[in-house]
Amino acid sequence: MLQGLKVTLLAGVTSMVVAILLGLLGAWAKLSGSKPARLAAEAYTTVIRAIPELVLMLLVYYGMTQLTQDLVRGLSESFKDFRLNLDPFTAGVLTLGFIYGAFTTEVFRGAFLAVQKGQLEAAVACGMGRALMVRRVLLPQMMRYALPGLGNVWMVLIKATALMSVIQLPELVRNAEIAAGATRMPFTFYFAVALLFLCITAVSMLGLQGAERWANRGVRR
Amino acid sequence: MDWQIIIDTLPKFLEGTVLTIQITVISVAIGLVLALPLALLRLSSNPLLWAPVYGFVFFFRGTPLLVQLFLIYYGSGQFRDSFEAAGLWFLFRDPWFCGVLALTLNTAAYTSEILRGGILAVPHGEIEAGRATGMSGLLLYRRIILPKAVRLAFPAYTNEVIFLLQATSLVSLITLMDITGVAARTAARSFDYYELYLTAAAFYLVIVLGLQYIFKRFEWRVSGHLRARPEDRPGAAAAPAQGPAPR
Repeated sequence: MLQGLKVTLLAGVTSMVVAILLGLLGAWAKLSGSKPARLAAEAYTTVIRAIPELVLMLLVYYGMTQLTQDLVRGLSESFKDFRLNLDPFTAGVLTLGFIYGAFTTEVFRGAFLAVQKGQLEAAVACGMGRALMVRRVLLPQMMRYALPGLGNVWMVLIKATALMSVIQLPELVRNAEIAAGATRMPFTFYFAVALLFLCITAVSMLGLQGAERWANRGVRR
Repeated sequence: MDWQIIIDTLPKFLEGTVLTIQITVISVAIGLVLALPLALLRLSSNPLLWAPVYGFVFFFRGTPLLVQLFLIYYGSGQFRDSFEAAGLWFLFRDPWFCGVLALTLNTAAYTSEILRGGILAVPHGEIEAGRATGMSGLLLYRRIILPKAVRLAFPAYTNEVIFLLQATSLVSLITLMDITGVAARTAARSFDYYELYLTAAAFYLVIVLGLQYIFKRFEWRVSGHLRARPEDRPGAAAAPAQGPAPR
């Protein structure tokens, strides 16, 4: 069970990192002046949010490997023996990161729009370059607005890692499944998993409160 | 891409769609009925009333739906004897019942929180005005607080309905043949994974986008009194006033 907890947390954190990176990219595309980039980001967030996580998970784990194999084999005779194996961890993390990237895109977009324009103008007036401005002025303020939203995404994401049990990743739920089958005590094991998830949620809530306090340390109330 | 398998499986997919929608509608309806009293209990100042609801909501919002589903469907097997003694085993043996039960309790927990948020967001002035005109208790809730709270909570509630629709895909894991179940079962036999899962994804996409469209139209219809009148909109003033059109 503890082994499973470790896998769950690791998978959750890795997916969250992927989601944040994709979210920043998506938000940048949505706010960019280029129309194709905006349309692509819009399509990404709309489509991903309309399809169940389970279907996407199965699609990536079983479908994508097969699709790329078929495509690559079709390219040339010399690739006849090409095989693509995606391990459950990679497939699961990529899927969840991809799905929740769509949600973080919206979070970052809102946060960016919430930063006052004058702040950026002031940075330019001080002679900051683009990179310096983003690092010193934009990101710290964006984080303040984005944190509550990111926290919500994290709470949903950590629960969604349970779906990785479907593709046989030995995380909490999968391990409980195995233990339940071996001992014939399904209720005991699934209930223990539920309690562990409650602990994760409770600890995350406390952690987020702390993080929000830290991000808002410069705000007058 | 093997189109034949998609065409061959279409009738089954349509059956799956019916099951998906059926489960969604039943869970949403019962969940909504449960959510209102839960929200009101949660708002009570008596800890004997709000504490159990708080625990219920915390549990169902803090654990994955998948675990709740397995807990009810597989977990009930551990207490088979007592369920049989109570004559309830035929219910918990049935994956359809367990699926609907898990989804209903889950959505009831989420919806009660959404409603609670709506009730708390009703402006104080409106409640005070209601009291000033002599309303109290039930009448105040029925005439002032609930209509306003429902309107405030509606956008969040539509999201919850769409999430629940997507969450019904989990019942395929307890052997039900909804859209996902059809795709998974057929793919396990024919190995046409991406064709079938992409088809399933397309089905969900169409249903969700359609639902979003309906909700948006509905919201537009019921917010008529909040929209600017056509003649107040910028640009409309330039058009010459012609009086009522002849009928």
